[in-house]
Amino acid sequence: MTELTLSLAIGVLVGSGVWLLLRPRTYQVIVGLSLIAYGVNLFIFSMGRLRSGVPPVLDTGGVVDPTAYTDPVPQALVLTAIVIGFATTALFLVVMLVARGLTGSDHVDGREP
Amino acid sequence: MQLANHLDIAPIILPLVTGAFLLLFDERRHTFKSLVNIAATLGLLLIAGTLVAQADVEGSVASVYLLGNWAAPYGIVLVVDRLSAMMLLLTALLATAALVFSLARWHKAGPHFHSLFQFLLMGLNGAFLTGDLFNLFVFFEVLLAASYGLMLHGLGVTRVRFGMHYIAVNLAASMLFLIGVSLIYGVTGTLNMADLAVRIPAVPAQDRALLEAGTAILGIAFLTKAGIWPLCFWLPGAYSAAAAPVAAIFSIMTKVGVYAVLRLSPLLLGARAGDSASFGDVGLLVAGLVTMAFGTIGVLASQAMARLVSYSVLVSSGTLLAAVGMADAGVTTGALFYMVSSTLTIGALFLLVELVDRSQDPAANVLAVTMEAYGDDPEEEEIDEEVGVTLPATLAILGICFVLCGLLLSGLPPLSGFLGKFALLSAALSAGDDGAISGMAWAFFAVLIISGLFAMVAMLRVGIRTFWAPPIEGVVPRVLVVEFAPVALLLALCVVMTVKAGPVMAYVDATSQSLHSPDAYIEGVLSARQVPSPKMEAGR
Repeated sequence: MTELTLSLAIGVLVGSGVWLLLRPRTYQVIVGLSLIAYGVNLFIFSMGRLRSGVPPVLDTGGVVDPTAYTDPVPQALVLTAIVIGFATTALFLVVMLVARGLTGSDHVDGREP
Repeated sequence: MQLANHLDIAPIILPLVTGAFLLLFDERRHTFKSLVNIAATLGLLLIAGTLVAQADVEGSVASVYLLGNWAAPYGIVLVVDRLSAMMLLLTALLATAALVFSLARWHKAGPHFHSLFQFLLMGLNGAFLTGDLFNLFVFFEVLLAASYGLMLHGLGVTRVRFGMHYIAVNLAASMLFLIGVSLIYGVTGTLNMADLAVRIPAVPAQDRALLEAGTAILGIAFLTKAGIWPLCFWLPGAYSAAAAPVAAIFSIMTKVGVYAVLRLSPLLLGARAGDSASFGDVGLLVAGLVTMAFGTIGVLASQAMARLVSYSVLVSSGTLLAAVGMADAGVTTGALFYMVSSTLTIGALFLLVELVDRSQDPAANVLAVTMEAYGDDPEEEEIDEEVGVTLPATLAILGICFVLCGLLLSGLPPLSGFLGKFALLSAALSAGDDGAISGMAWAFFAVLIISGLFAMVAMLRVGIRTFWAPPIEGVVPRVLVVEFAPVALLLALCVVMTVKAGPVMAYVDATSQSLHSPDAYIEGVLSARQVPSPKMEAGR
């Protein structure tokens, strides 16, 4: 059930993101890119296999049973991807505002078709 | 650990520290910032030269640097082998030329040019050095983030418009990168390139489709950056809109995509990959050929010189990708030689175009407008105009440089462009197993020759229009020595490559041999030993 929910969520996020990315207004493009980024982050997370109720960080001391833990690497990757995605989205937002100011249009080509 | 052992990471640390340091100073301190930047870039050149000399020792494969002293498959590694050292040196050379050129005026056309420049170098060097897929993603983002800033350097409507396309395309490609990397991780459970090469043959049959999908998606991310058709429509606009020194340094950015494909394709999907061996090679070859054809048509159709050069970038990328798709050590040798030569040529040509364009349309001096908008002090500007000697017979000298670029670009003898293409073609025609020449090799042969011919035609046309039939109101452009010197430097490097073709060819041949038989590379990375820490030693 978790798998189905997660796959649907990723699918809906990326699907709407791609549709918005192909729209002509800059605001739609950046919202689309953000949605794709969310979908991709969930996807990376799911690549460590879905397990609920298990921690990714090992306890100190004692014998470690790897089956009692979930894979920590994808979680670290997601964290990095979120930070980078946040930064580049902010950067793109600034460029969009500059373009809006310079061209007087929010069309991605800088002029109305 | 000896200090010299840390040289492997110096190409990342040095630009990072320099770029951050330069952020601390006010924009008005141009001279100081330029001096620091020049010093750092020359330092980088020195380091890259040392690394090339170290990598080019008989028998040695790769120097492996364990970040944080974690053993290979668990931590992130930096690997300096012949290919990465060569790319570092190429980057440093191009960066030196672009930086010197920008000192004439461009570096004052917008804020934080010097910091962004150093961060771009950091990203480039990191991407060439890293031996870890996710780390490669991080360095790609670093170099892209810096390139977004540089792309918009000098502002203006055209730059912002094409810059926005550039950013949107690259952000989307980064998402594909992440999907590809995580799919590969999900199947194999590792991100270290050498470890991946070991684990891929053992991937069970039911997971193979996922793995191949992952590598294909990752490949598309790289190919977008390399500018393969049909993912290249952003490139000509963006490159021709960028400021000249920025465009010159950007000519190595498409090569980052090519580098990633060149590094990963033989390593992960080479002969040792079992069922996935040579996955995607034919697709790469065909896409490369189409890109070459598309770029050639673009070169012929271009009216403005900057666009012509931008389409030449596509021709160069297409040639390299098609050569990688042939998956043959001999072809790769030619491709590496061609890559160095064409990157230097295109870098020089981007710089030259700006100088020549000044004689074409003096009214449209975009730079002056943007500088006004940026609020630069006009009086200070006038004083700076006097610096340097304007060359006599400027047009004649620019014309000679233009002819050299034409020869290099179209691959006519006697310069290095010819040697590169000749090496490519002769290897492609003898690549077949049984002596028979495959149809694809003939297609490659034909497209490469025709693209060279058309490049010559286009260059001739532009050259005649510019130098022999200048517009009636044409003026002799003012060219400063600092602007001309980088062009001369890059072209001189091509001449040096021609004269010293023997040693260069031997180097690239050793590079391509180790790329196509990566066992030693894998062994070197996975067996890299940790440095004993003082605590561990005391505990013993």
